[in-house]
Amino acid sequence: MTASLQDAAAGEPLLVADGISKSFGGVQALAAVSFTIRRGEIYGLIGPNGAGKTSLFNVLTGIYAPEAGTFAFDGHALAGLKPNDVAERGIARTFQNIRLFANLSALENVMIGRHVRTRANVFGAIFRNASTLAEERAIETRARELLDYVGMSQRANTLAKHLAYGDQRRLEIARALATDPRLLALDEPAAGMNATETAALKGLLESIRRDGVTILLIEHDMKLVMSVCDRVLVLDYGRKIAEGPAAAVQKDDKVIAAYLGGEVTLNLKGT
Amino acid sequence: MRSYLALRRHPGLEWAGLALVAVALIALPWVLADIGTAWVRITNLAILYCFLALGLNIVVGFAGLLDLGYIAFYGVGAYVYALLASPQFGLHLPFWAILPLGAALACIFGVLLGAPTLKLRGDYLAIVTLGFGEIIRIFLNNLSSPFNLTNGPQGITLIDPFRIDGFSFATTQRVLGQTLSSPIKYYYFLLAVLLVVIVVNLRLQNSRIGRAWEAIREDEIAARAMGINTRNMKLLAYAMGASFGGVAGGMFSAMQGFISPESFVLVESIMVLSMVVLGGMGNVFGVVVGALLLSYVPEVLRYTVGPAQRAVFGRTLIDPEVFRMLLFGLALVLMMLFRPAGILPSALRKRELQAPTRE
Repeated sequence: MTASLQDAAAGEPLLVADGISKSFGGVQALAAVSFTIRRGEIYGLIGPNGAGKTSLFNVLTGIYAPEAGTFAFDGHALAGLKPNDVAERGIARTFQNIRLFANLSALENVMIGRHVRTRANVFGAIFRNASTLAEERAIETRARELLDYVGMSQRANTLAKHLAYGDQRRLEIARALATDPRLLALDEPAAGMNATETAALKGLLESIRRDGVTILLIEHDMKLVMSVCDRVLVLDYGRKIAEGPAAAVQKDDKVIAAYLGGEVTLNLKGT
Repeated sequence: MRSYLALRRHPGLEWAGLALVAVALIALPWVLADIGTAWVRITNLAILYCFLALGLNIVVGFAGLLDLGYIAFYGVGAYVYALLASPQFGLHLPFWAILPLGAALACIFGVLLGAPTLKLRGDYLAIVTLGFGEIIRIFLNNLSSPFNLTNGPQGITLIDPFRIDGFSFATTQRVLGQTLSSPIKYYYFLLAVLLVVIVVNLRLQNSRIGRAWEAIREDEIAARAMGINTRNMKLLAYAMGASFGGVAGGMFSAMQGFISPESFVLVESIMVLSMVVLGGMGNVFGVVVGALLLSYVPEVLRYTVGPAQRAVFGRTLIDPEVFRMLLFGLALVLMMLFRPAGILPSALRKRELQAPTRE
């Protein structure tokens, strides 16, 4: 993996979101959401279903344009960039409903992730000059390293659609890492995983962070969120209702109300 | 590079096999000529269809973009050649100068077609490309006035054959004691070009570009999220596919000596698409097999349906011309029922999957 970034730069803002708004028809998916992700942290994004978490991901990665607000990534505005430009800037993502290249092998999936960091064009592809061949070798070597990194080197030649669910999630992470991201945005990576797989995922996330990649994590598995995230942002109906260290957020009244429903909370407090 | 790696395991055997295939391919026209020269011509057309199917395979098989107007690029290439090497304008440029020109113009048309369809997929893309194919054909049909560019429905005649110095592909001559007829000369030329086209296709598929196309085919949103510029990559697929069609068109013009808009109708586009789908989308060798089958089967039926009926019933019950297309359609339906992924869906891939994982 890349050299550790946990140096002087750690702790400085990497992504600053300022007043992000987005609505679909009459539904306000995101209402003036602002937050800051610091370099080298694992930043959790939680909230009940329909809170706007995935919408935030889609706006961040250029799939939707925000109606208001700006993102600054490493000091540069992301406004108006297409998804492929966002990836080139160094933000890679996975998808809640796994979007692998189903009919390609695991290795090929990761090799495609190298696309944005490599240069070979049609003429290189046809004539196979020395630099193209060297680049191809480098792509394959790196892809195998990454498969190994997520613990899937045994599955390199398996078609993505034939992989077990947990493997598909890990392959998506490997593919995203292949783009050399500085911010890795994971949309519910533990969904559908059993306890063992989730524990392994926790180890993987920590090791990715150790290697200098900042992580933005949407997750419903609260145990995972609370144990791995440095700070957590809570969304409800598109609004930010809490932000802070995981332990503090967990005790926040508004957060408990959002998850359990207001009246339940009152009753709980009454007893 | 997977196909090459797989070949290296038994190099001796592979070379022997390749040598056998090479000998068979070199001997083929002589065997066919014994049956009838028509079969050599049919073979030449079948190879042209291989070019077309391989070109369309880039767009449909690799990038997953359904194109129903592909024959238009064939037409563009054919007319570029015809106009620059016929009495139409009194121009007689050499073929090696015109073929790249035809490819380049077809390539431009490919991008022109691609640009407005970038956001379309599936059915909608099919309709737009179908319209584009028809536009080109209608233009070819009507560009005879006010300025006579294409000679309209009469087409263009007396198109120059390929000629290298004194060696003309249109005449019969004796070489080394053997009589080389025109179709046999073209056969060897087409075979050589086909080999190049196949290698180019395989190399494109196993490259950064080919993987990007396959990513778009599999999931466009994920492809974009992985940093692939889908707009440029789609335009590139259209451009590459179209230029293959353009080259094929030029060769068609020279071989036939006559072209008219009749050769570039919608059903031809559908035929080429059927070759790609039947052979196995995205598999280069499957597509070649598909193209050969769909070229030969109707011709074989042409020569067998009539005699078979007379042998069984003593007379011709159904017009052979009608009956053979009926059988042909039935064959297509059966193929799709029993091998929906094509004749060679992913032979290479299967071998790759069985191979032990390299550590």
